[in-house]
Amino acid sequence: MQADNELIPHLFRTEYSKITSVLGKLFGFEHIEIAEDIASDTFMLAAEAWAMKGLPDKPVAWLYAVAKNRAKDYLKRNAIFSDKVRAEIQRTNTELHEIEIDLSSKNISDSQLQMMFAICNPIIPAEAQIGLSLRILCGFGIEEIADAFLSNKETINKRLFRAKEKLRTEKVKIEFPAQIDISKRLETVLTTIYLLFNEGYYSLSKNATLRKDLCLEAMRLNYLLIENESTNKPTVSALLSLMCFHASRFEARINATGEVVLYEEQDANLWNKELIIQGEFFLNKAATGTEISKYHLEAAIAYWHTHKDDTQEKWDNILQLYNKLLLIEYSPIAALNRTYALAKATSKAEAIVEAEKLKLTASHLYYSLLGYLYTDIDSEIAIGYLKTALKLAKSETDKATIAKSISKMKSD
Amino acid sequence: MKEFLLLFRNTQSSDAMPSPEQLQNISKAWQDWFSSIEAKNKLSSRGNRLDFEGTTVRPNNVVTDGPYAEIKEIMLGYIVVKTNLLEDATELAKGCPILLMGGNVEVRGIVEINM
Repeated sequence: MQADNELIPHLFRTEYSKITSVLGKLFGFEHIEIAEDIASDTFMLAAEAWAMKGLPDKPVAWLYAVAKNRAKDYLKRNAIFSDKVRAEIQRTNTELHEIEIDLSSKNISDSQLQMMFAICNPIIPAEAQIGLSLRILCGFGIEEIADAFLSNKETINKRLFRAKEKLRTEKVKIEFPAQIDISKRLETVLTTIYLLFNEGYYSLSKNATLRKDLCLEAMRLNYLLIENESTNKPTVSALLSLMCFHASRFEARINATGEVVLYEEQDANLWNKELIIQGEFFLNKAATGTEISKYHLEAAIAYWHTHKDDTQEKWDNILQLYNKLLLIEYSPIAALNRTYALAKATSKAEAIVEAEKLKLTASHLYYSLLGYLYTDIDSEIAIGYLKTALKLAKSETDKATIAKSISKMKSD
Repeated sequence: MKEFLLLFRNTQSSDAMPSPEQLQNISKAWQDWFSSIEAKNKLSSRGNRLDFEGTTVRPNNVVTDGPYAEIKEIMLGYIVVKTNLLEDATELAKGCPILLMGGNVEVRGIVEINM
């Protein structure tokens, strides 16, 4: 019986967060741990009972039925708690007398979205938002979250505990924001989703599968927003488009030994065509509104990067997009990338003038860029800059990449 | 050949939140254990996994709501094996995955009528 060995972890990934969100929505943040416990118990029971007795005909329905019964039993046993929940439900729904646990697909996706809005709240730090999202919305274990953040279980436990406490004391409700607030609240949600994606994409964790999972989860959460009418905004499509384009390079950007392969050296045959097509689809969808968000611009930049050939058109477009992006939101990384695009669109000499104005002397990326720009112009200056970059670089991956360029230059 | 009941008990606490990999390991451990007993042709009944909920009835209509609060340990399930000796059944019980999760196994002979 090999099949159910694969089935349980798969179902955990897809169903744990649904059960937790529905029960969490019902119980409120005050009792979110009970929702998590019931969901965990349900899967523990499945792991043991299915191994003993074989698979049920409908595994998902089995999980829902067990979770429902566990929740009902819990409410029965804890009369005070149950009264509180009942009062809360009656506040919003006068028809209801018996507590119903609704695991319909509509209520599941609504609960997940409401949970997303509740967690992605600026009153808790961004990293706590990501951590809680991973725990509650993606069903990641504490150990996995610790691994992704290059931290340890105790730190993550404390961080999540404090975050939940804060959401409780601030009485954050698990509900949809009012229609007029949606755009504003969506901003925070999208920021967290993008951070979650980047955590996977740029993480220093050696666990490649885990990193990919983080990215896929970010895309899944983003897709939930697209599926719901009230949150299906152009910026939401723009972010998904951006992540599709980035994710398309997954296989190409890391080699067999786990080293990062720079964009210019990637084998374009390894780029995932399907994700590129999806990215284009959502980029078109994003173009329906009037607003141009940073995600629109970043997605458009990522779109041009799916064209491997160095054409004037490509780099002119990328340069223009970076110019616009910097006007919306300045960031040192975007400024450096813009300078790189300038070198590609015009000349290295012109880019050097611009680069030296940036004076980002604390960043290894700044010196790496200068090193690149001086290559073919003055290799001694170039090597000098790269050596400074090597000194400033913190991660092993970055150091290895820089060291490689230095030795390559010396041998040329 | 005699039949023995293997009864699993564990504490009723779920502070451990399993990861998908842990769940997979738990499921695999149980399957492997069953297979090893089956391979020896010593499995009499696959038994049952018991629910978390339950009541205990005592004299004078005293019904307690399951094993919660006051009793720390609950029955989780049972299987029936057939071996010649209690020692053999005990040997099989030593492989039970409940032991890896802090639980225990009680091994009891089943009284037969048609000897």
